[in-house]
Amino acid sequence: MPETPERGAAVNITLDGRPVVARAGEMLIAAAERAGTYIPRFCYHPRMKPVGMCRMCLVELKGPRGFSLQPACYVPVAEGMEAVTESPAVKKAQDGVLEFLLINHPLDCPVCDKGGECPLQDQTLAYGPGETRFVEEKRHWDKPVPVSSLVLIDRERCIQCARCTRFAEEVAGEPGIDLAGRSDATEVANYPGQPYDSNFSGNVVQICPVGALLAKPYRFRARPWDLQQVETTCTMCALGCRVAAQSSADEVVRFLGVDSDPVNWGWLCDKGRFLFEALNSPRRLSYPLARRAEPVGNGSSGARAPLAEVSWSDALSEVVTHLAEARGDRIGVIGGARLPNEDAYVWSKLARSVLATDNVDAQLGDGLPADLVAGLPRATIDEACSAPLVLLVAPDIKEELPVLYLRLRHAAREGGTKLLEVSPAATGLTGLCAASLRYRPGELAAVARALSGREKVTADVAGVPAAEVEAARALVASTPGLVVVLGRPSLSESASGAAQAGLALAELPGVSFLPALRRANVHGAIDFGLAPGLLPGRVGLAEGSEWFEHHWGPVPAQPGLSTLGMLDRAAAGRMDVLVLLGADPVSDCPDRALAKQALEKARFVVAVDAFENASTAYADVVLPAAIYTERRGSFTNIEGRVSWLGQKVTAPGTARPDWMIAAEIATRLGRDIGASSLDSVWAEIRRVSPLHASVEPDLLMSYRGRDGVVVGTDGTGAVPAEVSPLDPMAAHGISSAELHPAPPGELRSQLHRALGAGPVLTEGTPVPPPPRRIGLGDLEAAGTSGLPAPAHRAGASASPGGVPALRLVARRPMWDGGTLVQESPSVRELHPPFTVALHPDDLARLGAAGGAALRLVSRRGSLVAPVVGDKSVSPGTALVPFNVPGAAVAELVDAASDWTEVTVERLEAGS
Amino acid sequence: MSAQIGPQVITSRFGLSESWTLRAYLGSGGYEGLRKALTMAPEDVHKATLDSSILGRGGAGFDAGRKWGMLRKAEPVYLVVNGDESEPATFKDHALIEADPHQLIEGALICAYAIRAARVFIYVRGEMALGLERLQSALNEAYEYGAVGANIFGSGFSVDVVAHPGAGAYICGEETALLESLEGKRGYPRIKPPYYPAAIGLYGAPTVVNNVETLSNLPFVVRNGSEAFHALGEGASRGTKMMALSGHVRRPGNYELTFADVTFRELIYDPALGGGVREDRALKAFIPGGVSAPWFGPQHLDIPLANEKIAEAGSMAGSGAVTVMDETACAVRAAWRISRFFHRESCGQCTPCREGSGWVDKVMRRIEDGNGREADLDLLMDICDNISPGVRWPPAQTTICVLGPSIPSSVASGIRMFKDEFLEHIRLGGCPFPPDRLRASLAHA
Repeated sequence: MPETPERGAAVNITLDGRPVVARAGEMLIAAAERAGTYIPRFCYHPRMKPVGMCRMCLVELKGPRGFSLQPACYVPVAEGMEAVTESPAVKKAQDGVLEFLLINHPLDCPVCDKGGECPLQDQTLAYGPGETRFVEEKRHWDKPVPVSSLVLIDRERCIQCARCTRFAEEVAGEPGIDLAGRSDATEVANYPGQPYDSNFSGNVVQICPVGALLAKPYRFRARPWDLQQVETTCTMCALGCRVAAQSSADEVVRFLGVDSDPVNWGWLCDKGRFLFEALNSPRRLSYPLARRAEPVGNGSSGARAPLAEVSWSDALSEVVTHLAEARGDRIGVIGGARLPNEDAYVWSKLARSVLATDNVDAQLGDGLPADLVAGLPRATIDEACSAPLVLLVAPDIKEELPVLYLRLRHAAREGGTKLLEVSPAATGLTGLCAASLRYRPGELAAVARALSGREKVTADVAGVPAAEVEAARALVASTPGLVVVLGRPSLSESASGAAQAGLALAELPGVSFLPALRRANVHGAIDFGLAPGLLPGRVGLAEGSEWFEHHWGPVPAQPGLSTLGMLDRAAAGRMDVLVLLGADPVSDCPDRALAKQALEKARFVVAVDAFENASTAYADVVLPAAIYTERRGSFTNIEGRVSWLGQKVTAPGTARPDWMIAAEIATRLGRDIGASSLDSVWAEIRRVSPLHASVEPDLLMSYRGRDGVVVGTDGTGAVPAEVSPLDPMAAHGISSAELHPAPPGELRSQLHRALGAGPVLTEGTPVPPPPRRIGLGDLEAAGTSGLPAPAHRAGASASPGGVPALRLVARRPMWDGGTLVQESPSVRELHPPFTVALHPDDLARLGAAGGAALRLVSRRGSLVAPVVGDKSVSPGTALVPFNVPGAAVAELVDAASDWTEVTVERLEAGS
Repeated sequence: MSAQIGPQVITSRFGLSESWTLRAYLGSGGYEGLRKALTMAPEDVHKATLDSSILGRGGAGFDAGRKWGMLRKAEPVYLVVNGDESEPATFKDHALIEADPHQLIEGALICAYAIRAARVFIYVRGEMALGLERLQSALNEAYEYGAVGANIFGSGFSVDVVAHPGAGAYICGEETALLESLEGKRGYPRIKPPYYPAAIGLYGAPTVVNNVETLSNLPFVVRNGSEAFHALGEGASRGTKMMALSGHVRRPGNYELTFADVTFRELIYDPALGGGVREDRALKAFIPGGVSAPWFGPQHLDIPLANEKIAEAGSMAGSGAVTVMDETACAVRAAWRISRFFHRESCGQCTPCREGSGWVDKVMRRIEDGNGREADLDLLMDICDNISPGVRWPPAQTTICVLGPSIPSSVASGIRMFKDEFLEHIRLGGCPFPPDRLRASLAHA
């Protein structure tokens, strides 16, 4: 038997008479495409296994008995292979297949969503017969019928290519749709009574090569030739999937996934795909709001005036008046994850150099200490997905970073990656994990310390049996190149556990980390200084003060407060101004009572946001912001990958980008912070942040640089070497050769005014050496990192007496009560019902049956929820979804305690 | 004329009372082959099979011993018995399972021993209710008797045998579709490569898939030696073949005949065999090897029943199902019925088969109903050409499995041999033959 060449090794083949060097392991169809020969296809998809169903890619291959027709999609290249892609026999076979596909396909292209971007239509137009020879009656089905809440199927148009069913089963692991029936009565169908519930259902619409699968939010909304498009980065979570944002009549109508090899492989989650609806919501803020009827800032007064539209000038005057009156350490800036990198930088600079405060935090007490994120050795998504072992110390990735779930799932199933999970409850990845350690909520750090230890584990750790911990420890110890996906497994545990776990695991040789932060550009905000004690470029305050004072003027000497710290301080009445930068702490902070009290007690609250929300209700002034697709900028994902955000539509009313608001505030305070355009901001960033010195916006905006560049790992700011050509079938509907139409510098600031004092820079001042990035050594020196002391209490937030007490596990579902979800009509109702899940034994102990109403009482508050029995929930814990409409679990949580305990009582019927 | 009705290699117990029971089986040399095999080295059992030259009896005619020799060296190894006989007019495995299930079990065990199979799966067409019942009873008896299960006959060799009913799809007789079905998936033929189940078969393990009749030969081979088996027949076609004779003959049924010993004329006309065309009508055509095979006419009657001879004449021996049409048979109707079968049984994977089978069915029906156009004949031939380029034999393929290229056989045969009859349907606006008695019941099917 001849030796199999190593995957990727050069293989010489002959294609249409010319020599071509292919790669061992690839299919002929892919090799031919790289060599410039496009073989037509319908069922083949480069990100899925071939099935050879459509037979469109038949070519002639030379065999021992001469040439014969073979499908190019599943024949691997082999040394000496001779293939002919254009011959009378090939043409006849392909024409035959095209005709077969058309005989039962309705000719309703004029009313089909796919018309104009349909591979079947395109190929028919190019090669198909002008007249049909099929005079019989076509196949009929009821149509369209829903397969899920978001997707409809028109089975008459279906060409049975199995792309959708393969995606569901092979890529997403949710085989809720499958082929049923046989022969020409084959249909894509649900299992009876079971809708295709998936976080990824929109992908089947995108990859359908005809108009058989239709997305409710887009159906009949536009014709492809009317669409305008820009490539951008999805900001619905922190993964940074590449997308094509498409608009018609200045309204975004569709998002399509773009195949970015290092990130999303063309896939999107339904949240990323369908939340564009919120952009077009009639409730978008388009004018500034302020309370005009009576003087503001009187914290003791009772009823406040309602928010009413005012001019920007009036709104900003009021904001500036309060900022000017306040002392720096009594000003807090909460949020910023919604902001693009440039805006985060400008706000960071405004806070430090103009407002003289280091109280800035883009995270809402639900993330990880920023210095930990910045200082740990880092891994990319590709590195995680090619690692021999990935340790998940994270929330449910399938819900919070959905496309990372797809990548990890692929790595576990198709690659050689083993997954190991440490979680208080089962997650979407549990079934793929070699082991899943169920620790007692609040005791995560102990498990991490045991796993990273050198000694054999002989006793149970945090409720995990000794044997399980030891097996996992041995696996970790014997597998070099571990990647840890580090996040908060539960929002009802403090960040301290995850932080300590990270530090403990960092001691393993060769380990690297991928932070599982969730909210949009949270990583960009950290990298650009929206974190207490951290300056742009992942530079510690002490380390960077000289450098930044040189560039910015004076910066605060003492590290500021985290969000929980600011809220604590505000709740105590010791905050003058709170700025909410796209933040809704009342909904999103794990500790709702604290957030409410803080916003009530703060003397002045200004919110910069796109919608009114639970927190803007406490604001004195609300400023409308332009958000994604309405403005340009850049984004940093959880890897530290900086990629471009394109603009496609205009912002509603007078809404404007956040950086302009910061620049205007500075100007009104008599300072010019040098932000006159995005170009000027980037130019300054490259001067000031060594981390970003080599990041070129022009490159990011280009087709070649669309995948972005990763900063902060080896090869900072490296230019991507190769951008794979887009397969037009993998991404139909996306104009693949696009260059961003807007040339850099086009967007000129209207705020460009020479006003006020410039930066405090004296001619001839010697330039200090650029600062060093924060590193593991700094974290170790700091001991338990990150959380400022006032906001962390060790131990439990104990239940107010009574048995049985359960430890709370609170996790975010993908669909929740978040503003953008609730402003998107198609998905508003998709959130899970509010229930509390208990282990059946606990349920039995309570004498309750599934469906019974339970009252959960913590020291902070109480909630009533129907109960469900769930064997995957650990005994002694109660699992609840965080922030679903109708129930705020944050009412129960004491975010600063290691864990939250609840007592559970059964409500009598009717009470 | 009188044909020798051969040494009965596999049908020797067909006349016995309760031939399907262990009692009857043991009374006629049952399990002696297995006992003997267990005293031999597995390699020697394999060699005996190779020396016998047993061509696969399922249709493709691949040498069984060679197939075993292609197994990838890995564990576990599985043996899968293909008993999904579902093609119209094919009923020889049906009879073998019902009349002599122990012979099949014994043959399967001999093979399992030779290839060191970890488990044997007998996949039986789900509609063969009686056969399944008798096979399962036989298995229970065999387990009790010690012929199946742990430490068979004290030899130290252990293997379990599982009987698995199919779920009603012709395509599951295709060996890779059968494996998918056995794994609990849709019965879709697998793409190639991997080319053979011997490399990657059931659950990814190296697997031998053999037909019921093929394995039923093994007790004879082991008991009497490969020479005795090889002495029967000639050329590549050795041993005997079960011929399932049906259609317009006086004595339809199963006949075990020595390969190359008998011609089609003898099979159809010999009083001990088919007994001639019913009511002494003229023979119009016959299908020599199942409905996938191109038709033969009277000029082919003297071809002997041997795989290579039939292939030389442009058709195939297939599974041994011979269907006879007399002069009252409508060629259009016959070809349409066969098209209809393939239309309904196409698995739907490959476009040419999924769509082409339905198109052919519809056009053929239209012609039979009198709504044909002359241009339809060229159209049909071109559709066939797009399913199987060249419409030749052996057929070229545009599809994953050979169900696709089976579609053109009957239509092309009909048009090539009886073009005038097609044209007459078109000219008359209807079928010139006696009315279709099954039409009403087909409407509901």
